[in-house]
Amino acid sequence: MSALLELDKVTITFGGLTAVGELDMKIEQHELVGLIGPNGAGKTTAFNLITGVYQPTSGRISFRGKPTVGVKPHELSLAGISRTFQNIRLFAQMTVFDNVRTAMQGNRAQGISDALLRGRTFRAGEARVDHEVMELLKIFSLDHFRETMSKSLPYGDQRRLEIVRALATQPKLLLLDEPAAGMNPTEKQELMELIRFVKDKFQISVLLVEHDMKVVMGICERINVLDYGKKIAEGTPDEIRANPKVIAAYLGKDFDDA
Amino acid sequence: MRGREKLFLLLGIIAAIGLSFASGAFNRYYLGIVIDVGINIILAVSLNLINGHTGQFSLGHAGFMAVGGYVAAKLTLVCGASAWIFLPALLLGGGVAALAGLAVGVPSLRLRGDYLAIVTLGFGEIIRVIFQTSEFFGAATGLTGITRLTTFGWAWGLAAVTVYVVACLVNSTYGRGFIAVHDDEIAASAMGINPVRYKVTAFVIGAFFAGIAGGLYAHHKGVLTPSGFDFIKSIEIVVMVILGGMGRTVGVILAAVILTILPELLRGVAEYRMIIYSLLIIGLMLTRPQGLFTFGKK
Amino acid sequence: MTDWFLQQLINGLALGAIYALIALGYTMVYGVLRFINFAHSDVMMLGAFAAFYLTPPVAGMLGEQSVWTALVVILLSAAICAVIGMTIEFLAYRPLRKRPRLTVLITAIGVSLFIEFTGQHEKVFGAATKSFPKLLPSRDIVIGALHLSSNDIVVLVLTAVLLAAMWFIVQRTKIGMAMRAVSYNEQAAALMGVNVNGIISFTFGLGSALAAVAGIFYAMRAPGIDPLMGIQPGLRAFIAAVLGGIGNLPGAALGGIVLGLLETFFGGMPGLSNYRDGIAFAILILILLFRPAGLLGKLQTEKV
Ligand SMILES: Nc1ncnc2c1ncn2[C@@H]1O[C@H](COP(=O)(O)OP(=O)(O)O)[C@@H](O)[C@H]1O
Ligand SMILES: [Mg+2]
Repeated sequence: MSALLELDKVTITFGGLTAVGELDMKIEQHELVGLIGPNGAGKTTAFNLITGVYQPTSGRISFRGKPTVGVKPHELSLAGISRTFQNIRLFAQMTVFDNVRTAMQGNRAQGISDALLRGRTFRAGEARVDHEVMELLKIFSLDHFRETMSKSLPYGDQRRLEIVRALATQPKLLLLDEPAAGMNPTEKQELMELIRFVKDKFQISVLLVEHDMKVVMGICERINVLDYGKKIAEGTPDEIRANPKVIAAYLGKDFDDA
Repeated sequence: MRGREKLFLLLGIIAAIGLSFASGAFNRYYLGIVIDVGINIILAVSLNLINGHTGQFSLGHAGFMAVGGYVAAKLTLVCGASAWIFLPALLLGGGVAALAGLAVGVPSLRLRGDYLAIVTLGFGEIIRVIFQTSEFFGAATGLTGITRLTTFGWAWGLAAVTVYVVACLVNSTYGRGFIAVHDDEIAASAMGINPVRYKVTAFVIGAFFAGIAGGLYAHHKGVLTPSGFDFIKSIEIVVMVILGGMGRTVGVILAAVILTILPELLRGVAEYRMIIYSLLIIGLMLTRPQGLFTFGKK
Repeated sequence: MTDWFLQQLINGLALGAIYALIALGYTMVYGVLRFINFAHSDVMMLGAFAAFYLTPPVAGMLGEQSVWTALVVILLSAAICAVIGMTIEFLAYRPLRKRPRLTVLITAIGVSLFIEFTGQHEKVFGAATKSFPKLLPSRDIVIGALHLSSNDIVVLVLTAVLLAAMWFIVQRTKIGMAMRAVSYNEQAAALMGVNVNGIISFTFGLGSALAAVAGIFYAMRAPGIDPLMGIQPGLRAFIAAVLGGIGNLPGAALGGIVLGLLETFFGGMPGLSNYRDGIAFAILILILLFRPAGLLGKLQTEKV
């Protein structure tokens, strides 16, 4: 069986800059993989390539054996790739509840006619959505913020809400772009446990970008290291820790918070 | 108003028709203004779906209104006017306007912000030029002798329908997609929402009701001229939406009411009317760009 | 046939040159502020009216239809419009600098309507068309079968001079460099010590002065002037700016010329003249859909 996600020599250039160069990467079913590298290494760009926001200049990407190049972001989302954003992109005019249910409609909600006729199926459908949203919010202890406007949530909760919203699309692959940024060590630890929990509960694969090495090493089964758009190493946390190239890329920085 | 939307709609329509029977008692001048208000509510609430909820920027609503008006009026002129043909004529006008909305919406979707505004303005003007040069539609003189079929009941009943449709559409899990496209298109598409579908839907539904409003307008005034649907008419509708607070249905209805009545109050100083109006736009943008009536749920 | 062609070519170039002058204003403002200054075409109209009112007194001092009169009238009108343009920016646009662009666009539409409706008021210019005074002695130059108006030649030559001057200002002077810096990255320019407000003011002043000159040239070729005279050429010039790649100065000049030629060659065809405005918009829509960056502009990918 082929891998869940496969990148084959994926390259993208902006003007003269090669943001990601010849990147090979594989993610299997139900795997938690780390993607690390210094700032500007191309991690976010890799996410944008996988989710169809950017089109690669060359190379191939396939998801569940199907090529994704040229496929629209919303189609990839419906196919099972979901993500969070490094620079939070919640729906600012919506409540916490609405942010999450918006992400559910691709898979579950009804169309225009149901919304207009307001019949029994509509009400039943909306009730089911309501229930599922609350279940997800509870996992991340956000249920009591149900009617709060998303932009007035504390920063850390906004990041967690992004994860909930991403999960609401029922993904098979979840891409998390620095989900713990700005959190303190205890919060980070809690979040990582939650990520592992949802990964097991929903049987999904996770690709995680995170700067805190201790956290990454602690949670990921496999790690890819990017530097200047190129993959310089791949392996288990122990292999990565011992890899001289990785140490060189992070040289001069404290390994613990590089 | 969970689950009671249909009741509200029913009450609205019954009230409109009921009052319509009593409307003989009113002064004709005032009755005319009240019907204008109803038509403008339809225009503003339908544009609000495009500009307010979905966050697009259409400056061509008068063009859709023109399509609906001309088509409906031509139909009653050709087939003879009767109450029975009025609704089909309005629906046909709305339908053709919706097609025009599709034709404008699809290509315009690649554009954003002020470019989209200019292109919709351009489409609106092209529509007007087409009517202006078409002999079939009376060219520059337009259509005259249209039977005045629009009553209080028609105008306000259809206004109630418009409000119902837009409110129900937006206040549903499906409808949150419109607002998501407005808030953040990239995040929306990452969550499985097809921005193009939503934008086109907004354009088509918005244009449909603009067309209905055009039909009502034609059978209210009795005459149609292409110059009545120029860029300034589009701006007037946009200002209603902005004044009411983009995406706020209640506010937009209020704004439509006020901006219909205001020019009538300014009749005494008619020569300054448009000057005051333009200053109002500037002042509003400088002091309260989010609108005046920003209460009520989005 | 070749005579007809040459004739149309000269006419088209003269008209295109005027569009180019107006288009420069749209494009420069877009360059520094990233918004469409809807009121630009009305500033052009004000330029024509300034000349209309200035010509009799100036001619009284310097002589009727003399080169000096024309020069003084043009310079004074340009200065007046520069001040008007800067005032509009200061009062209406500057307070909105950090607001969404659409807020500014609506404000600009408001300013445009304000100028047009105020101008139409009987105590201001009045809505009726006024005949524009003869600024220069106009002579028909006949070369073979070719009939050229000396005004067209003057317009062409002066526009060429102004375009060259613009190029020099933007590319070779310190203030031009600051303009380009603000256009490239406003915050970085501010950090480098550029007076951003000053530069934006200057840009509006310069663009409005050019618009005034264009307004006068346009009026010289048109049957008369009225408060709504700016709308049509303004639209063409805006399309020219988009065609050339908005924000791009040589693009605006090129777009203006192309549009002027297109209009002269195709506008002459009887079946099409009714649709002129429609066709202008159709061209705009086609450009935006198929080459939104214009002929000379570059597209950028949005960073996510
Ligand atoms: N749309 C874009 N246009 C130009 N450059 C870009 C764009 N997107 C990313 N880049 C560049 O690509 C490089 C990698 O960026 P990014 O993927 O955000 O790094 P990381 O997430 O690893 O910190 C950076 O130099 C960035 O400036
Ligand atoms: Mg990043």
